Amino acid sequence: MQILQYLINGISIGAVYAIIALGYTMVYGIAKMLNFAHGDIIMVGAYISFCVTNYLGLPAAVSVVAAVVVCTVLGIAIEGLAYKPLRGTPSLAVLITAIGVSYFLQNAAQLIWSSSPKNFTSIVTMDPISLMDGRLVITGEVLLTVCVSVAVMAGLTFFTGKTRTGKAMRAVSEDRDAAQLMGINVNRTISTTFAIGSALAAIAGVLLCSTVPTLMPTTGSMPGIRAFTAAVFGGIGSIPGAMLGGVLLGIIETFSKAYLSTQFSDAIVFSVLIIILLVRPAGLLGKQVQEKV
Amino acid sequence: MKKFVALLLACLMVASLFAGCGSTGSTETEAAETAAETAAPAEGETAAAENSADAPAIKIGLTGPLTGANSEYGLAVRGGMEIAVAEINAKGGLQIEFKAEDDEADGSDKAVSAYNTLKDWGMQIFAGAVTTGSALAIAAETVNDQIFMLTPSASAVDVAMTGSNVYQMCFTDPNQGASAAELMAEKWPDATIGVIYDSSDAYSSGIVDGFLAKAEELGLNVAVDNAAFTQDNKADLSTQVTQCKDAGCDLVFLPFYYTEAAQVLTYANTIGYEPTFFGCDGMDGILNVEGFDTALAEGLVLMTPFDANATDEATVSFVEQFKANNDGKVPNQFAADGYDVIYALYNACVAAGIDGNTPADEACALLQEQFATMTVDGLTGTGMTWDENGMISKAPAAVVVTDGVYVPMA
Repeated sequence: MQILQYLINGISIGAVYAIIALGYTMVYGIAKMLNFAHGDIIMVGAYISFCVTNYLGLPAAVSVVAAVVVCTVLGIAIEGLAYKPLRGTPSLAVLITAIGVSYFLQNAAQLIWSSSPKNFTSIVTMDPISLMDGRLVITGEVLLTVCVSVAVMAGLTFFTGKTRTGKAMRAVSEDRDAAQLMGINVNRTISTTFAIGSALAAIAGVLLCSTVPTLMPTTGSMPGIRAFTAAVFGGIGSIPGAMLGGVLLGIIETFSKAYLSTQFSDAIVFSVLIIILLVRPAGLLGKQVQEKV
Repeated sequence: MKKFVALLLACLMVASLFAGCGSTGSTETEAAETAAETAAPAEGETAAAENSADAPAIKIGLTGPLTGANSEYGLAVRGGMEIAVAEINAKGGLQIEFKAEDDEADGSDKAVSAYNTLKDWGMQIFAGAVTTGSALAIAAETVNDQIFMLTPSASAVDVAMTGSNVYQMCFTDPNQGASAAELMAEKWPDATIGVIYDSSDAYSSGIVDGFLAKAEELGLNVAVDNAAFTQDNKADLSTQVTQCKDAGCDLVFLPFYYTEAAQVLTYANTIGYEPTFFGCDGMDGILNVEGFDTALAEGLVLMTPFDANATDEATVSFVEQFKANNDGKVPNQFAADGYDVIYALYNACVAAGIDGNTPADEACALLQEQFATMTVDGLTGTGMTWDENGMISKAPAAVVVTDGVYVPMA
């Protein structure tokens, strides 16, 4: 029974990684940049939700909406102020800027909310389901996180495949110059991508802190890095890949903690990543692009 | 032409740099003079005081994380020290000048440069550092400089062992672990014990080392002793809690800081796991975490040298003063440690006749003699003494969280 409980724990944290990874993958796939500030937008989303429920006393659902709105605006603002002026410059410049934005957000959060940790109250009020005399416990958070991540994945797949904006995104992703010639507003498309990515980050923040209640200015950074790993693992740019990568990463992490060593779980997780990338350089579901010489 | 302009600008900048140096230098001297002038009449009034009335104030310095992720601890220590300094200076007699520098709990160059800044300021006694990493880096420097060091809260054994001039106000980690084991053997001799700890943190693993050694000696039943986590994977502790639950542990030892402990308590509650949780002094502060449901901490046992709810006069007045200075924030044990450090140093200075004119290395030798024999009563313990390594000996105290407040353990 132990093994099932660990599997559930792994899926629970893996589903959170998956939602974060979906945001990473969207932005990378379309804007071709690694938005390292993504993890910190998660943290902002969680703080907004915390403030709305604890200081304004509004219901959890309202706090999620508020977090999504604030993060979307924040994402668009960051893109407009920090990334847009650098469009066309070497990708390294944008990467360094993203790291700068990440530090800026962390320090700003420290100034606004102080560095002392806050305990996030879970937005799920459902009682955990206890099976087999309490030896197997499925919490409401697990169910919600899994449902939301599947829904988000399905929604994004539909959006990029069927809608006009989604098609424009794919066009920009494939060839930015050609898309521009076809009359697609590249700047607006990229801004939309950031808006969607940041909205996902807000949802991920609320779910992450519902699962793991400690909320600090650095809360988003480690899960952010792991989710980035998950996105690479699944094949960066691929939406189902991010989902698969996230869940697998969560499960591998939990099992290595449970059966091998709690201390070396990171080493084990990243060794698996290295092996996968050696065998499949584009990740599990990534597109194998033939390099033209 | 462009080159010429650039050269001119560069010259101007260099000049302004020098000008900057000059002006700051002079303001500092002026400030010091004014301070001396204002201090002198105050001392004149209490001419009866036996200490040389016109000697300058003793300079005591502190480094700690005043900003950044660990600022909670640094600000608490500084707040506690400032209260003690204000009280002592209001008494007249020997005066203290106090300065705190930010080291961001960074054990590398930041800590040492913060320490050097204090040395340039003329520090005679070092009352830091707040965190173990910084304290280790600085302790080596104080040994070279022969500056007396009494750290309020850096609890690793290595800190005290760096040199004969380094002393601690808090328990060393293994000692705290050993006292925890003794307490468990006394109160819960038959318990099945699980240990969760942070293997990447010197504080947490130091306690566990002392605890496991003592637990074996006392024959405690430790069922889980490898449920560790690290700095990088502490975001999710559900596996460790599940391990303890599966092993049937009814007493879970959590020797780490309250940030992660809040997470453990919340998760245990979610899955309906209700053992007795037992924490160390790093657990102090858990009831003040914003948004934390204190009902989850009901029955939690923790070892802490300081209880802000104690009703003795010294604690009550300290808590009131601290709250008044810090927007109503309740002081934790770090603040109390800081307060005790200043009083211990003050008592020793008075007894040894150290004042602002005593060179740092002379003061260091005199203070070592004092600390070898003296006994201090403070907020964090009575009858505190130090051994030849600079480690403190005081009675450990434990409290139980009952109805959201600490109640001394019977």
